[in-house]
Amino acid sequence: MSTADSLANPGNPRHGALVRATHWITVIAFFALLISGAEIVISHPRFYWGEVGNALTRPLFTLPIPASRSTVPTGYGYVLPDQNGWSRSLHFQAAWVVVLTGLVYAIFSLWTGHFRKSLFPAAADRNWTALWKVIARYLRREPSDEIEAHSYNVVQRTAYLTVIFVLFPLVIWTGLAMSPAFDSAVPVAVNALGGRQSARTLHFFVSGSLLLFLVVHVTMVVLGGFRSRMRAMIVGRVATPKERT
Amino acid sequence: MRPISRRKLIAGGVAATAGVAGLAAAARLAQHYGLIPPDHGGIYGPGQTLTYAAQRLLTMHSLAREFPRSMISKTPFANATAPPNDLFKRHQASGFADWRLAVDGMVARPGSFSVSDLKSLPVRSQITEVACEEGWSYIAEWIGTPLTAVLNEVGTLPQARYVVFFSIDSEWWDSIDMADALHSQTLLTHGMNDGDLPVSFGGPLRMRVPRQLGYKSVKYITRLTVTDSLKSFGRGLGSSEPDYGYAWYAGI
Repeated sequence: MSTADSLANPGNPRHGALVRATHWITVIAFFALLISGAEIVISHPRFYWGEVGNALTRPLFTLPIPASRSTVPTGYGYVLPDQNGWSRSLHFQAAWVVVLTGLVYAIFSLWTGHFRKSLFPAAADRNWTALWKVIARYLRREPSDEIEAHSYNVVQRTAYLTVIFVLFPLVIWTGLAMSPAFDSAVPVAVNALGGRQSARTLHFFVSGSLLLFLVVHVTMVVLGGFRSRMRAMIVGRVATPKERT
Repeated sequence: MRPISRRKLIAGGVAATAGVAGLAAAARLAQHYGLIPPDHGGIYGPGQTLTYAAQRLLTMHSLAREFPRSMISKTPFANATAPPNDLFKRHQASGFADWRLAVDGMVARPGSFSVSDLKSLPVRSQITEVACEEGWSYIAEWIGTPLTAVLNEVGTLPQARYVVFFSIDSEWWDSIDMADALHSQTLLTHGMNDGDLPVSFGGPLRMRVPRQLGYKSVKYITRLTVTDSLKSFGRGLGSSEPDYGYAWYAGI
């Protein structure tokens, strides 16, 4: 299909309505998780490995920040205000939003072939050469070609698939592994990670990876043309060439 | 904007109706099976309700993980010291000889138990982890009388749905549903690591609910009330924790 066809036919948007809706719901929930997660970490900015860890045991590493609890040794002479109550409530509510939205998105995408058509790289692209070609083009700051206005390149596909099938499942798993009730029903969830404190530490790093993705993703949107990319994700259609400049 | 086809409109209408009807049915079923937490109102109510309902269904009979003796923490962490309460200090001075646990509410024979009365009931021990909502944890052996043993003594009435428990610190109270109250690992704990339960860890008597986070395991317990509704306790949210923004259900 040519670009002109696609632009003339709003039935073939760059992003379908369900993809757009689930994208923005996830954005809102992810920010809620990020803020509340940071607040929760502040109540004990020490990380451990294994099953147990507390202020009297040796940490794996400590974040160089003050804490919101006076019982945590931080080296700072003051204690931040305790925000753990609402942060935990918001964190789990936002987690439910992400999980349920993700479920709707996954079922829809399997049903419509969105994963197969739009996200899994074409057979010819499943190699390092293809990946490197796109990365090299990014590094040379070459503008994307017309095809990319309507579909994802192999680097984008790999990044999105990693987020959808690796990072989100991992962050949910490591999060659930910190729930004593969930662990009573599914002990392997925490035991396989090496214990409760390992789960917490991994949860922190996977969340960091998602944050890193977010930063790169937003940077690429800005470099790729902020207005046209935002428009594509909000109303679905790509802008006309005139608007893209 | 593309006009919406009649077929889509009908399908959408049917889906919306089914959704609303499904939600209403789900709410009624959840109410019937006790899957609605007392703090289900407010902006975080949907999240609290989903978490409680999902975990209650998943963990109806599950046991908290127990650990080998070799994993008992050498450095357990006591979050807070004894409450600066004159009444408590008087009990402490007399070695807690007069400490009593009053049991009332929907029971056939309201009563009161000393710590040695509790020790004469069946006692069990378990090596479980205390996980604080802040993130830290430790493993200890907890020795105590299962709450079920006390509830059997007083004869819980069939309409009972919650057990409310009060600390000697009147600001500190909490409650659990019958699934946790009748759970074999829920202990009225009076011993820790082969000794008496130290004051800093909640001695002489602490409620241990190992399938929930540490804040559910209230220290210095003096009274239990069995009830079918939490509405008349405090603000009706099931514990003093929601006052600080914390969820009543602490399984996560």
